[in-house]
Amino acid sequence: MSVTTKTRLGWAIAAVLVLGYSLFPVVAIFANSFKTPGDLGNQRFWPTSWTLANYEMIFVGQAQELFLTALRNSIGITLIATFIAVVLATLCAYAIARLDFPGKRLVLGAALAVSIFPVISVVTPLFNVWRQIGLYDTWLGLIIPYLSLTLPISIWTLSAFFRQIPWDLELAAQVDGATQWQAFRKAIVPLAAPGVFTTAIIAFFIAWNDFVYGISLTSTEAARPVPAALAFFTGASQFEQPTGAISAAAIVVTIPVVVLVLLFQRQIVSGLTQGAVKG
Amino acid sequence: MTDTVKSAPASRRQREKPKKSERARAETRLGWILAGPAFVIMLAVTAYPIGQAVFDSLYSFRLTAPDDRSFVFLDNYILLFTDWGFWRPFLVTVLITVVTVAVELVLGFALALVMHRALKSLRGLLRTAILVPYGIITVVSAFAWYYMFDINSGFVNNWFSWLPGISDELDWFSNFGTAVTVIMASEIWKTTPFIALLLLAGLAQVPDELVEAAKVDGATRWQQFYRVTVPNMKAAIMVAVLFRALDAFRIFDNVFIMTGGEANTEVLALLAYRQSISRLEIGLGSAVSVVLFACVLLICFVAIKLFKVDLASGTDAGGGKAKKGGKG
Amino acid sequence: MASITLNNIVKEYDDGFPAVNDISIDIEDGEFVILVGPSGCGKSTLLRMIVGLEDVTSGELRIGGDVVNDKPPRDRNLAMVFQNYALYPHLTVFENIAFPMRLAKGKFTQEEVKDKVQRAAGMLELTEHLDRKPANLSGGQRQRVAMGRAIVREANAFLFDEPLSNLDAKLRGQMRTEISQLQRRLNTTSVYVTHDQTEAMTLGDRVAVLKRGVLQQIASPRELYEQPANLFVAGFIGAPSMNFIPGTVQRSSTGAMCLSTPLGEIELPEHIAAAGQDKDVVLAGARPEFFEEASQVRESRRARGSVFSAELSHVEWLGNEQYAYISYENDPRVAEVLQNLAADMDTDELRTQLVVAVDAMSRVRGGDTAELWVDAGRIHLFDPATGENLTRDAEAGSELTRQAAEDRRRDRERAAANGG
Repeated sequence: MSVTTKTRLGWAIAAVLVLGYSLFPVVAIFANSFKTPGDLGNQRFWPTSWTLANYEMIFVGQAQELFLTALRNSIGITLIATFIAVVLATLCAYAIARLDFPGKRLVLGAALAVSIFPVISVVTPLFNVWRQIGLYDTWLGLIIPYLSLTLPISIWTLSAFFRQIPWDLELAAQVDGATQWQAFRKAIVPLAAPGVFTTAIIAFFIAWNDFVYGISLTSTEAARPVPAALAFFTGASQFEQPTGAISAAAIVVTIPVVVLVLLFQRQIVSGLTQGAVKG
Repeated sequence: MTDTVKSAPASRRQREKPKKSERARAETRLGWILAGPAFVIMLAVTAYPIGQAVFDSLYSFRLTAPDDRSFVFLDNYILLFTDWGFWRPFLVTVLITVVTVAVELVLGFALALVMHRALKSLRGLLRTAILVPYGIITVVSAFAWYYMFDINSGFVNNWFSWLPGISDELDWFSNFGTAVTVIMASEIWKTTPFIALLLLAGLAQVPDELVEAAKVDGATRWQQFYRVTVPNMKAAIMVAVLFRALDAFRIFDNVFIMTGGEANTEVLALLAYRQSISRLEIGLGSAVSVVLFACVLLICFVAIKLFKVDLASGTDAGGGKAKKGGKG
Repeated sequence: MASITLNNIVKEYDDGFPAVNDISIDIEDGEFVILVGPSGCGKSTLLRMIVGLEDVTSGELRIGGDVVNDKPPRDRNLAMVFQNYALYPHLTVFENIAFPMRLAKGKFTQEEVKDKVQRAAGMLELTEHLDRKPANLSGGQRQRVAMGRAIVREANAFLFDEPLSNLDAKLRGQMRTEISQLQRRLNTTSVYVTHDQTEAMTLGDRVAVLKRGVLQQIASPRELYEQPANLFVAGFIGAPSMNFIPGTVQRSSTGAMCLSTPLGEIELPEHIAAAGQDKDVVLAGARPEFFEEASQVRESRRARGSVFSAELSHVEWLGNEQYAYISYENDPRVAEVLQNLAADMDTDELRTQLVVAVDAMSRVRGGDTAELWVDAGRIHLFDPATGENLTRDAEAGSELTRQAAEDRRRDRERAAANGG
């Protein structure tokens, strides 16, 4: 019927609009990253001739030092911070979901409070202390504050997730003859793993995104992560803008995000929204 | 959501009374052993520094001259509150917060409705697309928007030169109105998906039957939306707005990258950063930090008291309430 | 108030599956029509098309004479009670009932709204709950609020979508009565969807039986019971269900026409036998109450029926009645037909036992061999191939439905005389 065709068309148009909305700026900077210095000044959207020069610059060229070390820092620090956050949050969320102990609400409340904390408010004292105890400009000096970003959200997501696990299965498995460890491993771990994994992705996004700690608590290439390093890029000469190199670097650090999103969009959405809106 | 609380006593029920307290004590011990490390780290990295910041803010203290440190009590705050150099960033921050949250709410609803009602085959695609801005690094988003509008490399001036007021010569980042517009556009683009996802989850919880009943009761499309759908997802809306407002109030990355505070676009977070990290004015910088923190607390307080946002239900419902772009 | 006319209504989904197939029903003004059938028969879809929540693929839908196929729900002025009541959780009971009036801005003054809500609440005994939220109400009260919302609309018709299925059995009976009385009192055209044949029989002026999107028969409950159009209707209406005994019509050694069945020979009146004579095998439909213990039957009646003896497998005593069960060897020629019938009716058991109602005082037990009498004159013969009722007396059937319509007219006049 004509009505359905019309609504169908309407939704298709809406979908195209959403796609355009989501991807347009990404495509714009993607196009930038393939432009020659000449094209970067011509105010066009697409390059007139595609070049890999910008990528060469950050991987093997003069920006190599700056970018590759920053990339190594980013990957290392983010992965370690994510891993520690997920392990600690898993233990914590297990306790919250399964055990009844005084202070349970305190822990959840603290997580909530920490998550609304303005990072900039704590960065000054940290800056101070880190300089005194030698954590300034080190990996560990970033990993610790990153935990304050990733722990709260991980604890919340995981405790919501763990609450939905039918823990009786563990008992059932024991009745069926499994040892306590077997019961946990065979019955609970397979159910909990997807939640832990989803949490890890979300924690990764957050740590990967950090900028304030990155520029405040580092001063050299020893620990500076990519977002902070991008602000320190310079052009090939004093009079040249580093637009191409920054665009290329931006695309490189966006790739992991896009890959994770493509592979796990369903899990990420459910992790983000789980229990967020209890009537 | 209370089943966990229930399950524990259930397993204890068979025990005799004196043993029960023994067991409860063991459970408490185990609980804190598991939850303790996370709890301690969270507090150590936030509670201690904010205490330190409050302390520092009462001193006149430059890191370059550590020996000149002197107790000035509230002088730093008085200096701030009497200086336009504080009030301007404050007002800019408020402006950005109000405008971005308002726009994001409308836009987020539109996105959520499209995803909610879209044909099943498109849903996965749309979700994937919308997660890209969510997951992308804020700094990258800032650069992307910056280059679009940049007077040298941007195509916006070229594409929209037919609009009055836009020409090749327009430098978006040289005056306040245009600069703050681009900053807000970038912020909105990056964080609307978060609101949209929360609203989508809220929409999914409104039973279809209610909307159908409203249809039969004679409601127009608009009436169905604001008289039935919206009131029934109020909790989701309030939570989304609160968390976005808190997040927007802490805006830093976009401004730092795009203008560095030029063209009067400085915001509170940037002010604090410049005072303490760039100029090493720890005392004054800490005072700004404390004020920023107080503002965030105030927003929370207002939301909870005035608008009855139920964060406590969040402690039970768990999950996404604490989700944010992580810009911080 | 209005009549509702369905002309060759079809609902086809995107995959081409016809959920509702060519249904035509005329619903008179003030009539209470039930749509009944097993799940998936299209009854809810049909209702949702009437109210406008589903598009009509083809056919014509008229309400009060106007074609409404393309009108949105709000322009049809109908009221609907949903299965889960669809009460707005954020509104009080008062505001829930007032909701339709609030939507029609400017049409009702504050006073009118209050007045109408109070009146509806009085009618439904909700007056003291008006300030409460739906979450704090019992199931029955929620049900009444939903009906209150329908009443204040002064709608052209009420539509009910399985409104009682979420209530417990006792409350269900009570609400059934309330709905019935309310409908009589307001005399509003009503369409009611249910899968429960008891609800259908007790509430409806007429009952439409649907199977897989196709209308099987629409008639008064009595006509459905006495003169079912086919095997499906006969099996679906009535509890316990009608027995279907396979058999062949032939002339017995005594010269009378009889049906030879696995249970023995049952003598048939000439006109019934004639209807099934040229079939290889027929299914004889006999409701449990057609049977009696032969010893209980007076001599004069006994001649009208036929007697056979059978071994009872077990007996259920329910206080006011007693059912005896008799197992028999099924005829392979009808096994598949009966299996399909069971699937259609949403019951999974294959019925190869006869259910017989015996006197509650009878002391027969499982294992006994009983002399049973069957009222052969009431038996229907069905063609296993088509399901068609070979012995249906259309005239007698429509007479029953005509009587029902007359009863309704009397009810309405009485209600009008009492001031509604």
